[in-house]
Amino acid sequence: MLSPDDARLLERLHGDLPLTERPFADVALEFGWTEDYVITRLSALLESGMLTRFGPLFQIERAGGLFVLAAMAVPEERYEAVTAQVNALPEVAHNYRREHALNMWFVLGTETPAQCAAAIARIEAETGLPVLAFPKEREFFVELKLPLTSGAPHGAR
Amino acid sequence: MALDDFDRALMAATQGGLPLVPRPYDAVGERLGVSGQQVRERLAQMLESGLIRRIGAVPNHYRLGFTANGMSVWDVEDAQVDTLGERIGQLPGVSHCYRRPRHLPKAAPGRSQDALSPSGGDAVQSIATGGNFWPYNLFAMLHGRSRAEVEQQAVQVRELLGAACRGHDILYSTAILKKTGLRLTHPSKED
Repeated sequence: MLSPDDARLLERLHGDLPLTERPFADVALEFGWTEDYVITRLSALLESGMLTRFGPLFQIERAGGLFVLAAMAVPEERYEAVTAQVNALPEVAHNYRREHALNMWFVLGTETPAQCAAAIARIEAETGLPVLAFPKEREFFVELKLPLTSGAPHGAR
Repeated sequence: MALDDFDRALMAATQGGLPLVPRPYDAVGERLGVSGQQVRERLAQMLESGLIRRIGAVPNHYRLGFTANGMSVWDVEDAQVDTLGERIGQLPGVSHCYRRPRHLPKAAPGRSQDALSPSGGDAVQSIATGGNFWPYNLFAMLHGRSRAEVEQQAVQVRELLGAACRGHDILYSTAILKKTGLRLTHPSKED
């Protein structure tokens, strides 16, 4: 689990890394830590898999691109092979196994709608399975919340 | 707003993550042959325009103790879904909230017919959904330390939706198969 320092750091760095020359030093200053300590903690969190990434999150829609959620019903005996086929595409940004007849849910992120359609067509051709697409019609504002320090569950206030 | 070559290069250089060094923007600039100042200015513009949502940590919910991750999906009256979606985004436990198309048999009365299936056709839908159609148009990601906690969050969503809700489901994730984030594939060749 997270140490209290790590939890504080993650809450602080969920967004808003300063765009300054030495951003980690600036964050360290807020906490009374050293720059080196911030960098070491972040590196350890990435190393241990607590974080999957640290950096900018792009909304490619703002540049004409798109993210599309897509789902497939994959036969159990082929699940591993189909996972490899789907994940091999760089357009596939995320992929999750879920408990449902539609048991594979992935997100395609591309710079153009044509690239997205091509990626879906390729997955259908390679796997022989139909892909159901759920393009984002509207995104609702979600308040940033990652209550790690309180020890409270996500739902608690 | 189309991407220019510098945007693409900057995205390619940072989409895997920022270097964890004292001067990360200088380090990115060095790779691109520009100054750290130029990198920071362009990143600031991207934040301003919304092309960058945020710069920070992308957590692995599972490893942080949020082992119950449910995609809750709701069949909500079209006339009310946008108003209600905004309110659901404010609920604790909800990390993402979207309106997405339903996938319905062609003759279903009283529902929108704007569903998009690249393969098209009822046969495809019925195969893909295991014979069931997909009536849900509102998606809210819920995260908890147990499924009971997620169920509790779903109760709150249900209460908020009230009579506008005709049905729902929660699809729990049981494995992260991939989580790399966006990767531009053929920079600058698509124009």
